[in-house]
Amino acid sequence: MEMPVPNPTILSRKAKLIEKLESVLPKDAVIHDPSETRAYECDGLTAYKCPPLAVVLPASTKEVSDALRICHEMGVPVVPRGAGTSLAGGALPTEDSVILGVAKLTDVLETDYDNRFIRVQTGRTNLSVTGAVEEDGFFYAPDPSSQLACAIAGNIAMNSGGAHCLKYGVTTNNLLGVTMVLMDGTVTEIGGAFLDAEGLDILGLICGSEGQLGVVTEATLRILHKPEGARPVLMGFDSSEVAGQCVSDIIKAGVLPVAIEFMDRPCIRATENFCGAGYPDCEALLIVEVEGSDAEIDEQLETIIEIAESHNPVALRQSSSDDESKRIWLGRKSAFGAMGKINDYMCLDGTIPVSQLPYVLKRTGELSKEYGLDVANVFHAGDGNMHPLILFNANEPGELETCEALGAEILKLCVEVGGCLTGEHGVGIEKRDLMLHQYDPADLEIQMAVKDVFDPGWLLNPAKVFPLQSSDARRIAAE
Amino acid sequence: MKALTPKTEAELAEMVAQANGPMRIIGGGTRPIGKQSDGTVLSTSKLSGVELYEPGALTLVAKAGTPVAKVEKTLAKEGQRLAFEPMDHRGLLGTKGEPTIGGVFAANVSGPRRIQTGAARDFLLGVRFVDGTGQVLRNGGRVMKNVTGYDLVKLMAGSYGTLGVMTEVSLKVLPKSRHTGVLLMEGLDDADAVKALSRTLASPFEVTGAAHLQKGRDDAPVTMIRIEGFENSVAYRAEALQKILAPFGAATLETDEAKTTAGWRYVRDVEPFHDTAGDVWRISVKPSDAPGLVAQIDGAEAIYDWGGGLIWLLVPEGTKGAAIREAMKDTPGHATLIRGDAGAGAFQPLSPAMAALQDGLRARFDPKGLFNPGLMDRAA
Repeated sequence: MEMPVPNPTILSRKAKLIEKLESVLPKDAVIHDPSETRAYECDGLTAYKCPPLAVVLPASTKEVSDALRICHEMGVPVVPRGAGTSLAGGALPTEDSVILGVAKLTDVLETDYDNRFIRVQTGRTNLSVTGAVEEDGFFYAPDPSSQLACAIAGNIAMNSGGAHCLKYGVTTNNLLGVTMVLMDGTVTEIGGAFLDAEGLDILGLICGSEGQLGVVTEATLRILHKPEGARPVLMGFDSSEVAGQCVSDIIKAGVLPVAIEFMDRPCIRATENFCGAGYPDCEALLIVEVEGSDAEIDEQLETIIEIAESHNPVALRQSSSDDESKRIWLGRKSAFGAMGKINDYMCLDGTIPVSQLPYVLKRTGELSKEYGLDVANVFHAGDGNMHPLILFNANEPGELETCEALGAEILKLCVEVGGCLTGEHGVGIEKRDLMLHQYDPADLEIQMAVKDVFDPGWLLNPAKVFPLQSSDARRIAAE
Repeated sequence: MKALTPKTEAELAEMVAQANGPMRIIGGGTRPIGKQSDGTVLSTSKLSGVELYEPGALTLVAKAGTPVAKVEKTLAKEGQRLAFEPMDHRGLLGTKGEPTIGGVFAANVSGPRRIQTGAARDFLLGVRFVDGTGQVLRNGGRVMKNVTGYDLVKLMAGSYGTLGVMTEVSLKVLPKSRHTGVLLMEGLDDADAVKALSRTLASPFEVTGAAHLQKGRDDAPVTMIRIEGFENSVAYRAEALQKILAPFGAATLETDEAKTTAGWRYVRDVEPFHDTAGDVWRISVKPSDAPGLVAQIDGAEAIYDWGGGLIWLLVPEGTKGAAIREAMKDTPGHATLIRGDAGAGAFQPLSPAMAALQDGLRARFDPKGLFNPGLMDRAA
């Protein structure tokens, strides 16, 4: 993966930079010893590594502002980092950059059940936001599978989703307001504990902007009361086409499940070997979960099962207890671990119109044969967010490159059928060079013009999202 | 002046590229909110038609000038709807013409169900638009989850045509509920009503509408709580909510479809303020702040929607915008003058930092300053 050549002037001014940063931050909040900065050399996309020039860990919005102002004055690129769980290289540093980590910003600032919001510092993990309100029966809806580790800051940067977003939406639909620091240190307040922020929808714009427009230090999030209960049904089919049709019919029937998850045969077999969840050995498996009171769940499941039966399922298992629900979810939740046990894998994130599911699965299978690497599919079928897992051996020379080439082909396929490169992981560096398959140069130009407004010097996370050759002129002009 | 009504996107782009003075961008022209430019009128009303509809994928793509009524009719045939329940402004503003789907998104028009399902902007998946140089651009797509590049779709929603002229929108739709129940309470004062609504919204019973009118159809205060879904489920949740509401009084359940539909249209379209004299403000605040705010404004009549978070305020004609802004001074939120003449002050003034960002974005999208100059300006 190509990254910009580090700026030698910045490298030569490291001592001065550290001195300035230490003048506004506590000493232990500025890390510059190479043995310590190495901990920040990569994120969840571990294939790419580069230690940063320094790391700052501010403990307040004021400290974030001070650190950014100094980097701005000295022309030093800044890579914001939440918990470093990005699968797209969103927090990958360059040699001449400062990592700005929000790990110390973990406070809950305000909880308000009457008005149904929570205000937190953004270094707080996704799951611990729910943790702060669940005793009182509430939860924060977006639930990316890394929710135990990932930070709200990163959720906002990548507009994270999760298994339950079919019903509850993704981060942008649950974000009410932010405190954001611009690259020059200006602190801005956008939105708040009310609906639909004033002026142009800048809140919507920054959500999913991958840390390129500002550093979000505080967030006001919508919280909801937990449903009375939830229960899944599992169904197996002997063709993915039929499973895809079943998904479409369920949606058309007017039931809105909280989740519709899909696994294909390679994935089912791998998880069975891994955790023995008792899944049927079939071509395609769906897990459909609905919420409500017991009676409401029964009523919804009845409709869903009726639809499933019209498609001649090879297996149909309805949960009637918490224990059964856990077993139904066990394989799905272990899928990634099971894959990791077989081999290294790359997880893609293309999203497609649900109607294209059978074709995309068939074509993915063909591409997998062509490239000689196995692909397993496990994904959120309700919203078309695919997660093909390409299995490869990182120790085998050339396999990473083959895997990336196959990944690129699958993502291009997603775009061809009317979908997109990434549904919830973000572009980062991983899909940067595929952006021109999704957008025309002019479409990217207007996006880069937006960055010009927020960060005219192109210092915030500069080598991400846009193909390097597209952003070259701007990044070089900034130096 | 005769309006420009391009029949194709290419024709529209050419008109913008050739333009050398201000333009007033409209869809059906039924929502003239804020200071209207006196420039050449450019209407998208002839760019009409549903281009793609996949009920099983919950998505629809339409040209921007497609009448909302046409979209709603297309969806109804498959038992689906625009879940965010866009308001029809014609009654309130006394306008004529055909509301367009592009106009709904340009003004981010959301109705009572916004409280549960999200705003218009949450349902917009993709846009095509013409920028101020006459280029056709696109962003987003027709899938529900998309983080491929910046979300300019959200930025276009609610931008009132100040950034570009939308030519095509792709949106998420949802199944229509099979049954609706509305709990009605009478005689509550504002503070108690908002507290009662908050209790129901903080329950697990999925309230999809929560409104309080100081004057209902018979001039007495009425509080309305809507639940939707399967028949048994509606009955079950109605009973559970009646228990929650008991400390505030008795709540009766209405399930007659014609009545519940008319009742929520009454709130959605702000019908109590139709054919009245006076200015109408739309104010978004934290629900618990709402009754106190309303009490500060002399001679005002209020309709509370979104559990109190949205206030429709009728004030005597000529009430100075400054009076509303002054009352809002210590209340986080925003107020927009929907009916009345406030010159350039119809929109909420922005902080200097936000105003600078907004100005910067407008200058990038519309470098010649053609689109709706004077609209959404920061000046109070």
